[in-house]
Amino acid sequence: MEHKRLTLFAGHYGSGKTNIAVNYALRLAREGRKVCIADLDIVNPYFRTKDSAKELEAAGVDLISPRFANSNVDLPALPAEAYRLVEDRSSYGVMDIGGDDRGAYALGRYAPYIAKENNFRMVYVANCYRALTRTAQEAMEVMREIEDACGLRFTDIVNNSHLGDFTDVQTLLDAQGFIAELSALSGLPVFFTSVRADLEQAVAAHIPNVFPLQLQEKYFDLPDQRLYNRTSNHP
Amino acid sequence: MAERVLMKGNEAIAEAAIRAGCRHYFGYPITPQTEIAAYMAKKMPKIGGIFLQAESEIASINMVYGAAAAGMRVMTSSSSPGISLKTEGLSYIAGSDVPALVINVQRGGPGLGGIQPSQSDYFQATKGGGHGDYRMIVLAPASVQEMASLTIKGFNLADKYRMTSMILADGTIGQMMEPITFEDAEVETYEKPWALTGTKGERKHNIVNSLYLKPEELEAKNFERYERYRAIEENEPMWEEYMMEDAEICVAAFGIASRVAKNAIVAARAEGIKVGLIRPITLWPFPSKAFLSAADRVKGFVSVELNMGQMIEDVRLATQCKRPVSLCNRTGGMIPSPDQVLESIRNAQKGVF
Repeated sequence: MEHKRLTLFAGHYGSGKTNIAVNYALRLAREGRKVCIADLDIVNPYFRTKDSAKELEAAGVDLISPRFANSNVDLPALPAEAYRLVEDRSSYGVMDIGGDDRGAYALGRYAPYIAKENNFRMVYVANCYRALTRTAQEAMEVMREIEDACGLRFTDIVNNSHLGDFTDVQTLLDAQGFIAELSALSGLPVFFTSVRADLEQAVAAHIPNVFPLQLQEKYFDLPDQRLYNRTSNHP
Repeated sequence: MAERVLMKGNEAIAEAAIRAGCRHYFGYPITPQTEIAAYMAKKMPKIGGIFLQAESEIASINMVYGAAAAGMRVMTSSSSPGISLKTEGLSYIAGSDVPALVINVQRGGPGLGGIQPSQSDYFQATKGGGHGDYRMIVLAPASVQEMASLTIKGFNLADKYRMTSMILADGTIGQMMEPITFEDAEVETYEKPWALTGTKGERKHNIVNSLYLKPEELEAKNFERYERYRAIEENEPMWEEYMMEDAEICVAAFGIASRVAKNAIVAARAEGIKVGLIRPITLWPFPSKAFLSAADRVKGFVSVELNMGQMIEDVRLATQCKRPVSLCNRTGGMIPSPDQVLESIRNAQKGVF
């Protein structure tokens, strides 16, 4: 996998940008690079890069996060230190952009610097199982809206099609048609296909460039989803 | 296999509402429910529906009142402080006997509070909130799938009984994503002969109003309304029982708290403690019979809540204080951990409530 100095992850909200940005930054660090990750999400105050602060710190990744992230304040303000990521060329930079065009406006501020250095990969994260991006055409619509908002063009696609806990090998295989169509429509290559780490072996023979993802466990994950659905008692 | 789509809880509410036939949405933005409005803004114009961002919460609930009076399936959504502002309108809607769906994706309070999840509007939702004798049907989803199915159920019940249904969710369920299906959706429709649809010169005009000049008439109206409420209490309670067959301890929890509780129950079972869960799905009508029946079988109850102890009062009332009830809670946007719930279960097992 060839890395650019800067990698930007943008896309529809809920497409998996933050998880992928964190996993990508950790991978760069594991490969021995100096890495900085910046949370530029000014739209959604939940599920942030900062949720992975411990793992990032342990791996030596420099985390730039808005001052009020994970607090009780919903303040859409960018951290001043984010300039460090675009200006300090001695470090690899990963940028986690907010969802949709509304989230991508924040990136516009850094776009001239990024374009001038011209050593970046701008990645569109796509999940065909997400509402409002079910087809390649719908995904393209969101892609164009983001480009218009931030003033940068996408260079790559990441296929992050999944159905949460219901994801199996077939789920991943069924998304191949969608991603091929999106790639053809946009003329962009598929940088990688991200899959939950435990599914990597099963799909590696069928899908090129598989990128395993480590996901965070959440306190509200259920002990057994199927059991949970079965016991409902509606008289 | 059913076709599944990955949705946030808030999006699931919006999509389910559209599938239930809602074509009128009036709202005002507030975290953590903004995705409902955003989804409606994107979809409603494409299907000939109305999305309108009002100038305030008070304006939006009165738009709901108007559209409901005209017989439309109509909804609004907000979060705790916004619901307080809408409460005057909720009382007028109740007094006028028109159906509406109101979503509360709760955040921490009181006051401006914070944006993290909470269940501290339980009293407000189940005990009235606004002035006058009235009730709302209150539905408490514990998954993204239920955000969708209870939205449809809420519209059905609202039309059936001519009153407000409220979805009492919280910031976590609103924000988290799970794969869901709409294949089981059962949309019911009801005739609305009382609606303001224009007489066309063919019938006497309808009146939708909450003002009664004669106290005898107002009293009679309240009596009639409470007859309907009694029928709802008899016919509509919904709940889930989890590992209750041999339980000696019963956890009571709704919404996101029930998911934490299930993890704690599995852990407690591994320690040999016989514990189960009753999860109210309707908070009003409260599933009192399920709790009363459990009270004859268990040593005591543990109420797990994201507030200072609100549902615990209904657990005590339902069980007629036959067994002790302890509280396991966090508040202000905090969520109890499975370990905290497990500790409360261990204490209950030892007889400490």
